[in-house]
Amino acid sequence: MPLFGVEATFWALLGPFVAAALSPFLVKTLKHNAAWVLAIIPALTFIQFLSFVPGIAEGKIFKASLEWVPTFNVNFSIYLDGLSVLFALLISGIGTLITLYAGGYLKDHKNLGQFLSYLFLFMGAMLGVVVADNVITLFVYWELTSITSFLLIGFDHLRRTSRRSAMQALVVTGSGGLALMAGLILAGYQGGSFELSELLSSGDVLRESPYYTAIFILVVLAAFTKSAQFPFHFWLPNAMEAPTPVSAYLHSATMVKAGVYLLMRMHPVLGNTELWMTVLPIFGGITLLVGTILGIRQTDLKLVLAYTTVASLGLLVMLTGTSDPVAIQGAVIYLFAHSLFKGSLFMVVGTVDHESGTRDLNRVGGLFAFMPITGTAAVLSALSMAGLLPLVGFVAKEVLYDGTWHAVNGGLWTGFAVLGNAMMFALAATVAIKPFFGAKVKTPKVAHEGTVLLIAGSITLAVLGLAAGVFIASVGHQLLSPMTSAILGAPFDEELHLLPKYLSPALYLSLVTIALGVIIFMYMDKLRVIVADVLRTIGWGPDKGFDQVLEIIIRFATALTQAVQTGSMVTYMRATFTVIALVLIVPMILTGNWPNLEGISSFYAYEWFIAAIAVIGVYAVLTARYRVTAIVLLGIQGFAVALIYLLFGAPDLSFTQFMVETLSVVILALVMTRLNLKPTDARSSRGKVFDISLSVLCGAGISMLLMSIVQLPFDPTLSEFFTQYSRTIAHGRNIVNVVLVDFRGFDTIGEISVVMVTGLAVLALIRVRPKLNGNSGSEKNR
Amino acid sequence: METLFSVLVGILFAGSIYLLLSRKLVRILLGIAILGNAVNLLIFTAGRLTRGVPPIIPIKSYLPIEATANPLPQALVLTAIVISFSFLAFFLVLGYRAYQELGTDDLLDMRVAEPKEHSEPPLGY
Repeated sequence: MPLFGVEATFWALLGPFVAAALSPFLVKTLKHNAAWVLAIIPALTFIQFLSFVPGIAEGKIFKASLEWVPTFNVNFSIYLDGLSVLFALLISGIGTLITLYAGGYLKDHKNLGQFLSYLFLFMGAMLGVVVADNVITLFVYWELTSITSFLLIGFDHLRRTSRRSAMQALVVTGSGGLALMAGLILAGYQGGSFELSELLSSGDVLRESPYYTAIFILVVLAAFTKSAQFPFHFWLPNAMEAPTPVSAYLHSATMVKAGVYLLMRMHPVLGNTELWMTVLPIFGGITLLVGTILGIRQTDLKLVLAYTTVASLGLLVMLTGTSDPVAIQGAVIYLFAHSLFKGSLFMVVGTVDHESGTRDLNRVGGLFAFMPITGTAAVLSALSMAGLLPLVGFVAKEVLYDGTWHAVNGGLWTGFAVLGNAMMFALAATVAIKPFFGAKVKTPKVAHEGTVLLIAGSITLAVLGLAAGVFIASVGHQLLSPMTSAILGAPFDEELHLLPKYLSPALYLSLVTIALGVIIFMYMDKLRVIVADVLRTIGWGPDKGFDQVLEIIIRFATALTQAVQTGSMVTYMRATFTVIALVLIVPMILTGNWPNLEGISSFYAYEWFIAAIAVIGVYAVLTARYRVTAIVLLGIQGFAVALIYLLFGAPDLSFTQFMVETLSVVILALVMTRLNLKPTDARSSRGKVFDISLSVLCGAGISMLLMSIVQLPFDPTLSEFFTQYSRTIAHGRNIVNVVLVDFRGFDTIGEISVVMVTGLAVLALIRVRPKLNGNSGSEKNR
Repeated sequence: METLFSVLVGILFAGSIYLLLSRKLVRILLGIAILGNAVNLLIFTAGRLTRGVPPIIPIKSYLPIEATANPLPQALVLTAIVISFSFLAFFLVLGYRAYQELGTDDLLDMRVAEPKEHSEPPLGY
C-alpha cells in the first residue's frame, strides 16, 4: 500500500493497533515517558486525516477499498467525507493528547502498559467506526469499541463497582450493537448495497421501504444505547469508574458520540420523516433535561461532568432529530466544541484529583494560585461550555438556537434547549469556580501544578476552543460546513461569525439562558438538596432496574437449567427415547404410510424357531432374578443372531458373532461377579409401566421403519460393483473380505484404530488408581 | 420375506431400551450388549436376505455363478460387531471403576458432576 494519498489511510487505521502491541514493551523500558514516543502514532494519524481537509472543503469525497469476503458483499472499505474526517480528526487529535495525559495520570502504575494498550485498541476501533464504508465493517468496529470500553471501565477490576459498571456498559451498548447489525443488514437489503456510500445516494428508497419503521427503530436503539440517551443513560455516569483519561476520551469526546455519528450518518436516507422528527427530538430533549437535573445533584466533579455529557448528547440527538439544516449546523459546531471543552474539563478534574487528592466539590477551593495553568484551562473550557464569548461554544449556541427557533415544532425544542443550556451554564460555572476560586480549602494532598504530561492536554484543548471561536469563519468553512453537508446529503456552506451581526432571536435566547443560568448557579446548593430529596422519594431508577432485570434473567436461567437438567440419568434416557419414539411414529401417523405385514408367512419353520429363541433369550435376560443368570442368558440371543447370519449366507459374520458373544459373556461374568451388587431392579411399578410402554413404542417404531425400508425397491448398485470387481480387480474370491481389506481398506484402519484406542482407554482406567490421600477420597464421601 | 426379522429387530430394540432405562449399571450394560445385536441385525435385514448362498466366487470363475447374499451389509456388520464389542468392553470397565470409586451401582446416586443440592445462582458482579 502506498504511503501517501487515500490508500495511506489504511496505514493510519492500522497505526493504533501497532501502538497497542508496542505499549507494554515500551512502558517496560521507558516507564511513563513511553507516552511521548507512543503519542507519535496518533499524531501521524491526525496528520494523515488533516491532509484530506482541503479536498473535503471543496466538496470532494475520498474512497478506498480492500476485499475481505467479496462473496458476502463484505469489504474492508473506507469512505471519507466531511462527517468522517472531522470525527477522525477529533479521535486522533484528542487521542494524542490523552496518550500523554494517561502517561502522567497513571505514572508509576504497574499496569500502565496494559492501560495504554487498551486505549490504543479503542482508538483503532473508533477510527474504524467513523471511516467504515461497508456496513459489516462498521458493525465489527462498533462492537470493538464496546469491548474496549468494557476493558477500560473494568481496568481497576479488583473493585466491585468497577466490574459492575464495566458489565453494565457492555450489556447496554452490546445489545445496541446487535440491533445495529440487524438494522444495517435490513437497510443493506432494502437499499440494494452494503456500502454506505452507495446506500447514502439511494435517495428515498429506504424512506419508502415497508421496513422503514423497523430499520429506524433498530438504528435508533443502537444510537440511543451507545450515546446514553434516556432511558439508557445510566451506564455512562457509572462508566466514570474508569481512570479519568478514559472518561475524558471515551466517555465524553469520542465513543459516546458514536451513536450521534450513526444518526448523522444515516440522516440523508433515514431522516426528514415524521417519525424521525418526533422520536429523536423528544428523547434527545428529555435526555438533555434529565442529564442536567441529575448533574445538579452531584458533588463529585467527575460525575457532574458525566451527567452534563449525557445532557450534551441529548442536545445533539435533539438537534439531529429536527432535520433542520441550521439546527444540524448547530449540532456540528456544538459537537466540535463539546469534544474540546469536555475533554479538557475531564482532564482538569483528573489533574485536580491527582494533585490535591480529592475531586469533591465541597473539599476543594482556591486552587488557582497553586495550579494556574490547569485553572486557566478550566476557565476557558467552562466559558465554552457555558456558551460565552469569545469561545466556540458561543457560536454553537447561537447557531443551534437559530436552528431550533425556525425548525418544525421549534418552540418546544427551543424551550428544551434554553432550559438545558441554562443548567449547563450553571454547572460549567460550578466546575470552574468552585475548585479554583474562593477561599482556600485544606485538601488531602498539598496541591501543586501537575507535570507537563498532565497539563498539556487540557490547556491545548482549551486554547483550541478559544482559537476556533476567534477563527470560526475559516474553521467553519474548512471543517464544519463540509460535515453539515455530509449529514444533510446536500451542499451547505453558510459563513459563520463570532460576533452576531444583528439582533436575532438567538441572541435574545442567549441572554435568557445566561440570566437563567446565573440564577440557577446562585441557588445551586439549595437545588442540589431538592433534587436529591425528590430522587430519594422516587427511590427507583433505570440503574436499579438494570440490576433487577439481570437478576430476573439469572434466576430464570437457573430455574430452567434445573428443570431441564435434573442430573438424573434416568430422566435423560427417558427424554431421549421419548423423542426417538415420537420421531419414528409421528410421521407415520401424519402421512398414513403404515407398512404392511405381507410376506411374514414365507419363512421356514426352523427360521421361526431361531427367531423365537432370540426373543426368549431377550425375555429371559429381562426377567432374570440374578445377574449371573442374566449374563449367561445374554449369550442365548447372541447365539441366535449368529445362527441367523449363518442361515442367510454370512458365515464370516456368524463366526465373529459366536466369538464376540462368548467373550462378552465371559468378561461380563468375570467383572460383574466381583462386585457386590443387589440383584433387584429397584424400579417403582409406575416407572416400570412407563418404561415398558416407552420401549415397546420404540421397538414398534423401529420395526415399522425397517418394514417400510425393505418394502421399497432395492438399489443394488454398490453391491453389484463389489461383486463384479472383487475377482477381476482385487483378485479375491471372498467378496466380504475383499470389501473390508481392499475396497474399504481405510474404513478397516479406522475400525482397528477404534479398537486400539478403546484398549488403551480400558488399560488406563484399570491402571490409574487414585492416591489414597488424594482428592478422590473426598469425592467418595460425597 | 424380511418382515419377520423386522419384528425380531423391534423386539430386540424394545428389550435393550427397557434395560437401558434401568437405574442399575449391570442392566444398562446388558442393554448395550443387546443393542449392538439389534443394530447389526437391522443393517443386515435392510440389505435384504438371501438364504444359504455366501458371497464367494468359485475358484474357476470371475463372477458368482448364482445370486449370492448381499456382501455390502455383511462388510458393514462385520466392522460393527467388532466396534460394538470394544464399546461394550470399555463401558464394562468404566462401570466397574465407577462402582469402585463411587461405591454405588445406582445411577441416581452417581451425582458427582451434577450434585443434588442446588446452590444460589451467582447474582453479584
